[in-house]
This record gives sequence, C-alpha cells and structure tokens, in this order.
Amino acid sequence: METTVKKYTYKDFANDQEVRWCPGCDDYVILRSVQKALPETGVKKEDVVFISGIGCSSRFPYYMGTYGMHGIHGRAPAIASGVKLANPDLSVWVITGDGDSMAIGGNHFIHVLRRNIDLNIILFNNEIYGLTKGQFSPTSLVGQKTKSSPYGNTQPPFQPGELAIGAQARFFARIGGNAPKEMTDIFIEAQKFKGTSLVEVLQNCVIFNDGCYVKYTDKNVREDQQLFVEHGKPMLFGKNKDKGLVLNGLKLETVTIGENGIKEEDILIHDAKTEDPTMHQMLVRLEHPLVTGIIRSFQDVTLEEREDALTAQIKAKSEFRKTNDLFFSGETYQVN
Amino acid sequence: MITLEKNPNTETLDAVVIRFVGDSGDGMQLTGTQFSDTSAMFGNDVATFPNYPSEIRAPQGSLYGVSGFQVHIGSVEVSTPGDNLDLLVAMNPAGLKTNLYAVKPGNTIIIDSDSFTKKNLEKAQYETNPLEDGSLENYRVVQVPMTSLTKEALKDVEGLDNKSITRSKNMFALGMVYWLYDRNPEHTIEFFQKKFKTKPHLIEANTKVLNAGFFYAETIELIPNSYSISPAKMQGGTYRIIMGNTATAWGFLAAAEKSGRELFLGSYPITPATDILHELVKHKHFGVKAFQAEDEIAGISSAIGASFAGDLAITTTSGPGLALKGEALGLAVMIELPLVVVNVQRGGPSTGLPTKTEQSDLMQAMYGRNGESPVIVIAASTPANCFNFAYQASKLALEHMTPVVLLTDGYIANGSAPWKIKSLEEMPEIKNNLVQEVKENWHPYDRDEATLARNWAIPGTPGLEHRVGGLEKDRITGDVSHVPENHEIMTHTRAEKVKRVQNYIPEIEPEFAQEGDLLVIGWGGTYGSLHSAVKQIVEEEGYKNIGFAHFNYINPLPKNTGELLSRFKKILVCELNNGQFVNVLRMNFEEQKFLQFNKIQGLPFANSELIEKFKQIAK
Ligand SMILES: Cc1ncc(C[n+]2csc(CCOP(=O)(O)OP(=O)(O)O)c2C)c(N)n1
Ligand code: SF4
Ligand SMILES: [Mg+2]
Repeated sequence: METTVKKYTYKDFANDQEVRWCPGCDDYVILRSVQKALPETGVKKEDVVFISGIGCSSRFPYYMGTYGMHGIHGRAPAIASGVKLANPDLSVWVITGDGDSMAIGGNHFIHVLRRNIDLNIILFNNEIYGLTKGQFSPTSLVGQKTKSSPYGNTQPPFQPGELAIGAQARFFARIGGNAPKEMTDIFIEAQKFKGTSLVEVLQNCVIFNDGCYVKYTDKNVREDQQLFVEHGKPMLFGKNKDKGLVLNGLKLETVTIGENGIKEEDILIHDAKTEDPTMHQMLVRLEHPLVTGIIRSFQDVTLEEREDALTAQIKAKSEFRKTNDLFFSGETYQVN
Repeated sequence: MITLEKNPNTETLDAVVIRFVGDSGDGMQLTGTQFSDTSAMFGNDVATFPNYPSEIRAPQGSLYGVSGFQVHIGSVEVSTPGDNLDLLVAMNPAGLKTNLYAVKPGNTIIIDSDSFTKKNLEKAQYETNPLEDGSLENYRVVQVPMTSLTKEALKDVEGLDNKSITRSKNMFALGMVYWLYDRNPEHTIEFFQKKFKTKPHLIEANTKVLNAGFFYAETIELIPNSYSISPAKMQGGTYRIIMGNTATAWGFLAAAEKSGRELFLGSYPITPATDILHELVKHKHFGVKAFQAEDEIAGISSAIGASFAGDLAITTTSGPGLALKGEALGLAVMIELPLVVVNVQRGGPSTGLPTKTEQSDLMQAMYGRNGESPVIVIAASTPANCFNFAYQASKLALEHMTPVVLLTDGYIANGSAPWKIKSLEEMPEIKNNLVQEVKENWHPYDRDEATLARNWAIPGTPGLEHRVGGLEKDRITGDVSHVPENHEIMTHTRAEKVKRVQNYIPEIEPEFAQEGDLLVIGWGGTYGSLHSAVKQIVEEEGYKNIGFAHFNYINPLPKNTGELLSRFKKILVCELNNGQFVNVLRMNFEEQKFLQFNKIQGLPFANSELIEKFKQIAK
C-alpha cells in the first residue's frame, strides 16, 4: 500500500444516507468500528469495496462512502471473489448475516474459506433472521422460540467458528457487538491479514432476539465470562486476571491461579499463528469462558498468489501474445 | 510414406456423408476428426458431429456404449453433418445395430468382421449374425478382418502389447476410407509424428496400420469403385476446422482483446457447455481469468463481481444451470452491468437428454426470472459463427450495459466446420461506457442518450465511489428508492434500453424468395438443416416462391421483422421444441397467422421431413 495516502478519518468512509437500522441495534456499532478501522489500514478509499448479501446486516454497503454492492441472498462471497480476482489490488469486504452465510449461502461460505482469497468477511451473528422479522437461523439455539418455532427450535445450531475452521479458515476472530474498541482493532488486523479473514460479531438484535448474548457481554459479567485471547500471551481472564486455561488430557479446563498449586506459568499461551487447528477448534467450542479475540491467524498462500504465479509462468512459456497468434496457429489451410 | 497413385475408378461426387462407429474404446472420435481435417485441408467444405454415450465407460460392446463420429464433406456448400449415410464404418456389432437405420439401401457398409464374435453379437442383442442371415442384402457390405490384418501388419514392430495392437485397428479403417475417397494420408502421418514424439514405436505402428488399410483397399477387388470429392468453391482465405464451443470461447478472447478489458469466466461444469470452460482455462497467457466455482450460482455471481470491477465477464452453462442463475441474472439486470451468459442448450426439462440437442430454453432465456427483467437474447446458428455471436454478445453487453444471453445448442457446440479465420483487425470496434474522471453532479445511473446505457465507474477510480444493489434505484441519483412512479419509470427504462438495441443490429435478410407463398422461419442451431432443405426445394424442385429467414437476434427482434412477415402468404416456424420462438413472434405480430413445425426428439431436423413439410404447406 502507498504511504503517501492522505490521513482519513472515519467520516471519509461514511456517506449522507440515512441509516435505517432499529435504534439500539449493534449494527450501528459495527458500522462505526469499520469506519474507524479503515483510516488505520492505509488503504485508499477508492480501493475499498463492500459486498453484501441480503438481511438487515447486508444493508451495510449503502451506509459506506466506498464502492459497494448489495447483492443477493447468500451470494456475497461469490460476488466478492469475482471482484477480487478481477482486481487483486482492491480491499474487498463481505458483509453477511448468520442466515445469509450459513443457510442459503452455506456453500459459498465454506468454499470461499477453503480457497483463501484475500477477503475480509464480517459475519453479523444475531442468531435470528432479522430482516424477515424473526425466524430461527442456523445459529439459533435448540429450544429458542421464534416466529417459525413457536414451541421452541428443534434444529441444533452451527458454531460459526467451528464450521469455518473445519472449512480451513486461516483467520477467525470473534468479538462482542458491544466492544467497539476491540472490534476496531480486529478489523484492522483482518485487513492486514493476507487471505480470507472471518470476523464473527456477536450482534444483538434488539427487536427479535434481544439479550441473546448478555450472559457473556454484559458489562458486569464480561470479564468473568469472556476470555479475550491475544497471540503469544497466556490465556487469562476474570476481573483480577487470575483465572486461566490449562489442558487436562484432551480437554481445556479453567483453573484459578493460587488454587491447587496453579502458578501463572501453568496457563496455556495462545498461539493463533500455528497451522494446526486443534487448539483453535477447542477454543471456539468453549462455552465457559466464551473465547473472543483473534483465535486463529495462520498465514498461508492465497488463491491470488497461486493464480498469479501460474499466470506468470505460463505467460513466460507461451508463444501466444495476441489472439491472432492463437487463431492462425496449428492446423490451418489456404483456400484460393 | 505412400506415393499416391491416382485411383483409376474414381467417380466424382458433390458430397458424401460418412459415419465411423464402434465401441467407446475404438477411437472413433479420433478417426473421424482425422478424416475431416484431411478433407478440409484438401479444400472440401466440412461439417461434423460427434455422438458419444453419456456414460463415461459404458461396458465394452454394449449397445449404449457405441461411440460415433459423422462427417459430411463436399465440393459444394455443406451446411449440416448430413442425414443419410453414404458410408458406414462399423467396428463392432453394436455399432452396426444402432446405426444401420441411417444407411440408405444400396450404400456401403465397411465392417470389421473379426469383431462379429458370438460374445459381441450377444452383447449387441443379435440373435443371428447379420453378416450371415441375409439381413444386410440391400447394402453393399465390405467385410474386412481388420483386427487380424492389423495384427499381421504389426508383427515386426517391437515394443507393442496386444492391447495397443488391437487399438490401432481404427487406423486400418481410416486408411481404407482415405483410399476410397482419394485422400492423402500424409496429414495423419504428420499427426502421429507430433502426437507420439517420444514414442517412435507408436509412430511406426500407426503409420504401418494406416498404410496397410490404404493398400488393402487398393488391392482387394471387393471395393467396386472409389469416389473423389473435388475442392468446394469457398471464399479465399486462411481456414481452420473449428468446433462450436471452441469458436464461442475464441469469440470471447477476441472481444476481450479488442475492447481492452480482461476476460473473466465464472463457470460450473455441465454438458454440453463444459468445453468452453476447458478451452478458456488454457489461455492464461492472454490474462484470462477462468474460475471454476462451487456451483452455477457462484459462477454467475463471481462474474457479476468481476464485471463490477471492470472485466468483460461471462458465465457458461446449459439449461439446468441457467435455471440456477436466474436470480443473479436479475441482479445484473437491476444493477445494469455488462455480462454474457452462454446457454448451450440440451434436451430438458430437468436432466432431460444431456448429450442431445434441443432449442427449448428460449422462454427460459427470455423470461426465466422474477420481475420485469428484460435481457438481450441472441443465438448462434453454425459452429463457426459461434465466434461472431460470442463476440457480438460481448460487444452488446459492454456498449449497452446489460446482460446478454447467448444461446447455442449441443448440435452446433459439438459440431465442427471450416472457419475462415477472422483476424482481430477485421472485427468491429467495441466501445464501452467507462467513466474515469469526476464530473460535477455525477451519478452512477447517468445514461447515454442514444442507447440509455448507464455509465460504468469501476472500483479504484477516485471520486466515483458509489453503491449498487438489487433494490430499486432512484432514476437520477442511483440511491435506493421505493417511490412508485420511479419504479415504473425505471422498469420502462430498462425495457427501452434493450429495445433500442434494434438500432444497432442488422436487419433480417431472407434467402431465396423475397416475397411469395411461404416463408420458412428458423432460429439458432437449425440453420444448416433448414437452409439446405429450402435450397433443395427451391433450386431442385422448382418451388420458386419459398423464402427462408433465419433469426440470430431474438430479443430485440430485427427492426424489419414485421415488414418481412407481411410479404409472404404463409409463415412456417420450424423449431426443435414445442413452439417457443413462434410464440415470441405471435406476441409481437398479432395480426399474422403462424404455422409451426416442431421436433422434440433430441435430434436435428432431417432433410426429408423438412422437404415433406414444406411441400405439404406450399402446395
Ligand atoms: C432468495 C431469497 N430467499 C429469501 C429471502 C428472504 N430473506 C431476506 S433476508 C433473510 C434472512 C436474513 O437473515 P440473516 O442473514 O441472519 O440477516 P439479518 O437480517 O439477521 O441481519 C431472508 C430469509 C430473500 N431475500 N431471497
Ligand atoms: S431487526 Fe434486529 S438486526 Fe435488524 S435492524 Fe432491527 S435490531 Fe438490527
Ligand atoms: Mg441474522
């Protein structure tokens, strides 16, 4: 990226459109965090593209001052892949909801992760279909009462991180919808990361699923219920940072420093950058504490890098420069 | 090497139709291609059609494992692969059984008699041996023990296993046919030299067998005479034999180079469209970005993304795939981006007849989307002009900022014919609607006054940042709008934009009679069959008042269509479907009465059935 880029503020990434989400919706927090993150990434405004599917969350591109496309339900990863392959210099972002990405768009979601194209995906997980007014989604809990499950949902949910890492996601982060500062930092890291980065935001829908995350995100319990991981640091949490994770056999276990002879050195150190996803999967699945922060950030070759290398190799070898070279090559004959 | 003795009994013919048939493993496609390439180089006009089983490895010797390749060569213009066979080469009983219907009594059948074993006859469900039971009495049957003669010819070549020996018997057959039609085997020998560069024993073996077949045909008295087809009167120039799907792919390559846009293909494999993907993936040297997506929806969606980013974007598929692309195609209509969707039609509905041809996706192409969703629809009509129409589809998409559906079909996509090579300099200019500079009061939906094309601002251009999307847009600002009148105006504008394409496409010119009793109408891949049938009835059977109009532009129709229709007393619309284009015409020209002739067998029209129909109506 160029260094002569003028210093933007978040306002440069906003526009004059009236934002139409419900008052109090976490989507506002995400919007502002993205607008605050972008000036920190050094990317030029005209090089930024937001592609979305359909859903409340997918209205997002309309509120940005960048290039954008509000696509069709579930297909944003495919549209964005086309944008990025057409012009790898762009910074391409995908905005999607839990239904958009894991129900109708499940196929594109897993394949985009597998391919590792350099995109940034923000998954607004409110465990509900917002735009269609409150049906259960692939992340809704068993028993959850919604408009389409009045007696309680019977379909077990996906854990997005588990699905994503299973689909070979190289970068996965999770963050509460009420943590704008950490969220902004994660978006900056996601943009810097070469490859597909997926950020799951635990987004509260005030209308159809209010409070679904309060047990983790409420200011009073947050420090005890969430473990915010950072690469290279011990996995500690709690108000006094005295609780942490250790490995007991093949299971993660919560311990308290000072109890049962546990010392700080006994606490596991977070390694986000390792290729082996085993520990990342365990962290993603943990329910107490809920792990947030950048859980996985394994730097791998991107699809564009593979394609570029191949194209360069083939161009160097080929005798075809212009289509005429091809058309008149091989088995041609003259008619007089 | 063979020094060619001129065949003394040569009879001169205008055109012949030959079909090579055998087991999937018998190499019939290669044999047929070699024969047609050699004939083309000799200056014949050529049309070919491969016919292979949809099973990949059907059981050996079975009826449904038969693979065939038909070649029509002529010293006159040849516009179809032909219906009635002058020569059938059958390498096994199953091949004979499934193809005999196409041989006219009196015509020749060359048979590998070695393959008519008890086991093979059983597999082909013959109760008695047709070579012995008199059932072939009405044909000129040439029985040749090809397998043993091939073995004999190769007894001195070292390093060959039994399998490669029997597998080269197709070259024995080819050698015989070369002699029969006075063709020089040299081209095929050169082909061996290239193909088996590192395996000299295979060059030797194949050359030996080819020559053995050639000399055998010369030696035996069994073949009563030989035919020659002199070069066709074709326009001067450089030619090559091209398959429809290859021509389509190359049309896009040419359009990309001419327009200065990079080519992006998003596609998911499906018969019979996959060869376009196969072809385009080869051309990374031209910067082609060919993306095999996870499904058809991702194929078109990625293409829409690439188009948004400024590429010439295309997606290729067949009927079931077009159904999946419907919603995304509507998005492209709404956001008014250039996009070409190729549908190589096959028999439907559902999986239908995947390897057979049909023209039954016209309505799907026109209307297979939610909402008022007009797109340009054009159709190629011969293997070679797939090139022109792929080029034209790209040009229209870029110049009019709209999706274009290009229809071809299994028949022309897999068929091949001589193509007078078009150099890029001969192709028309392609403009585009790119904006690069910030103008005051600029809006993404600002339109060209003449075409109504909106302008195209691509990411990376400073100052033109904007959002598009599937929601209705304000006609001026391009912002989301739910205003009722605005939606109506935008709906009309999108329709009018497609309608105005009429001003940029050629008028329809009928062939043969310009006015009169009967106008025969066709569209798309049936050109060859219809053209030759009308030509025959007009020129040979004296029906001077029959005209023929073949449509490549379906939506919009050429401007003069109504006027043309009014010049004829009767109108007959011939289609390989249940009557789709005829309904497009009915909708547009309510005052006319249209007769129809439809065939839905997964097969092209046969010459005889067309002639019969024309006579019945024209009398
Ligand atoms: C093809 C198609 N099917 C269904 C819909 C209706 N639809 C719109 S958004 C949506 C669900 C959105 O849920 P989610 O992705 O979780 O987004 P949220 O609104 O919660 O942000 C559905 C079912 C549609 N727009 N398109
Ligand atoms: S319905 Fe829910 S998710 Fe949608 S805008 Fe309102 S609060 Fe946000
Ligand atoms: Mg949701």
